[in-house]
Amino acid sequence: MATDLAAPPGKAAPKESRKGAAKVPLRTAVGRYRWLYLMLVPGVAYFVIFKYLPMYGLTIAFQDFLPFLGYSGSPWVGLKHFEELFAGPDFGRLMFNTLLLALLHILFVFPAPIIVALLLNEVRVGFLKRSVQSLIYIPHFLSWTIVASLTYVLFAADFGVLAGWMRELLGDTAKIDYMAQEEWFRPLIILQQLWKQTGWGTIIYLAALAGVDPNLYEAARMDGAGRFRQLWHVTLPAIRPTVVVMAILASGNLLDSGFEQIWLMTTSLNRSVADVFDTYVYYAGITQGAISYSTAVGLFKGVAGVILIFGSNWLAKRLGQRGLF
Amino acid sequence: MATITKTKKAGLPVGNEAGLGSRVFDTLNVIVLVGLAAITVLPLLYVLAGSFAGEAEISSRPFFLWPEKFVTESYAYIFDTPTFLRALLTTVVVTAVGTVVQVLLTFTMAYPLAKRYLPGRTLVLNLVIFTMVFSGGMIPTYLVVRDLGLLDSYWALILPLAINPFYLIIVKSFFQELPQALEEAARIDGCNEMGVFFKIVLPLSKPIIATFSLFYAVAIWNDYMSPLLYINDPSKWTMQILVRQLTSTDAANALAQMDRTWVPPEQGLKFAVVVIATLPILLFYPFLQKHFAKGVLLGGVKE
Repeated sequence: MATDLAAPPGKAAPKESRKGAAKVPLRTAVGRYRWLYLMLVPGVAYFVIFKYLPMYGLTIAFQDFLPFLGYSGSPWVGLKHFEELFAGPDFGRLMFNTLLLALLHILFVFPAPIIVALLLNEVRVGFLKRSVQSLIYIPHFLSWTIVASLTYVLFAADFGVLAGWMRELLGDTAKIDYMAQEEWFRPLIILQQLWKQTGWGTIIYLAALAGVDPNLYEAARMDGAGRFRQLWHVTLPAIRPTVVVMAILASGNLLDSGFEQIWLMTTSLNRSVADVFDTYVYYAGITQGAISYSTAVGLFKGVAGVILIFGSNWLAKRLGQRGLF
Repeated sequence: MATITKTKKAGLPVGNEAGLGSRVFDTLNVIVLVGLAAITVLPLLYVLAGSFAGEAEISSRPFFLWPEKFVTESYAYIFDTPTFLRALLTTVVVTAVGTVVQVLLTFTMAYPLAKRYLPGRTLVLNLVIFTMVFSGGMIPTYLVVRDLGLLDSYWALILPLAINPFYLIIVKSFFQELPQALEEAARIDGCNEMGVFFKIVLPLSKPIIATFSLFYAVAIWNDYMSPLLYINDPSKWTMQILVRQLTSTDAANALAQMDRTWVPPEQGLKFAVVVIATLPILLFYPFLQKHFAKGVLLGGVKE
């Protein structure tokens, strides 16, 4: 391995084996690699402080946390907050809203970049393909506040362009404030996701498509396959592993509705359909000050997420696909 | 053409000389894709046009890409109101400082992690990877930031996001692929690892530094959640918070909080503030575009 060369001068190059590292006594290792360890310190400090301290902080989900008593002094209450969550009036609504948004996402947003990538892949004029790509990648780099503002500008009841068109299309006479309507919340969320993420999502599939061996197409043509049969028998099988990986990642995120987007689209009028776990944690914890309870909600979501990602990975392997890990 | 019609039966369409159905598909395909590109860009162009249009034009004309009469009142108001200028300056400074801190931390940590022979490396890597699957979540992180005394501090917008674990892993893989001969030569010349990193490795990594600087900069510039959580003082608002305040339903309240010198054009202001918050991203877009695909493909980053 080339990396063997990277060992400091004057010392024997360590063996590239799993056990090799463990055989060096700790003190020797620290002395020999002191600069490397020094370089690790700031990064490790970051992960300890901003990632692992909060994980320790999750213990307050089992306490009635009082800031002046701290993590160790606050009284333990066992599963009280979880019981409150599961038995409370909000849980069913949160679960329903979160899962329905996830389902709509999988139905509409997940396949969109695959379809667009396949269409782009069929374009033979290089200039045209690159131009379309350049334009549809743009929204990925815009913030959710911008997307929400654009939605506001386009759907505003009194001057919004799309609001006007919709009015004519649906034959409504009254001016509808789409941003405040419960039944328009989910369509708007999905529209925003499609607009912002479809173009960017194509990159990973286009890369998979670029890796397809041209000889396969040649062979398919020789066997008499037209373009659509080439698509079916060559192109689609080629991107299947990528689709599976993306699907595993998506199922791991099933309960992540995207805090910023949902929060920005939530108004006092649509909360019954807009509340999801992500925004509920903020609402309960920061706005209402129920620190322990909201931490319990967050912990429930986090653990469910881990189970989902390992579960879907297991399922993908059972179905004969290569998983993530 | 005659020969092609004959070969069509044998199913051998070659390149552009394919059959009629194929050509119809090509035409439709181009129309659909150009349509998609238009849907993507038109809202942005409309907002740009609207920001230069008068109030009457915005409410009377349904859609336009060129204002009948150019009005710069909205921009005049923005650049005459201290709240706007402060937010703009805050966001620029936080983005610049934050990007430097993030890139420095990410690259410094990635380098030792790329050394396969370093004892303890696997442990650290596993600890990093675990944070990609599970996190303490919003409230415990908020408490840590609060206990560190970072509430209402600009550092709260930078430090909690200092290292993106996905980027860290990608940079680590990049370092592993670098040719080791140069590093080795520097070591023989008596350079320690820190010297090798700054004098040899970083100069070799310029393109990937550019890529991740842009990723980090865009993320901080666009960040809405951190200022929402950690910044309460209106004098420390960032552009994203300001955009939100002005385009949400309680925009009137937000305007009342500003040191207003005259009554602003209500709708035009919304358009203009969106333009100002978007413009830096679009100015950097050509550079972004050059680098981002590389970054995505290096590690299959999802976001």
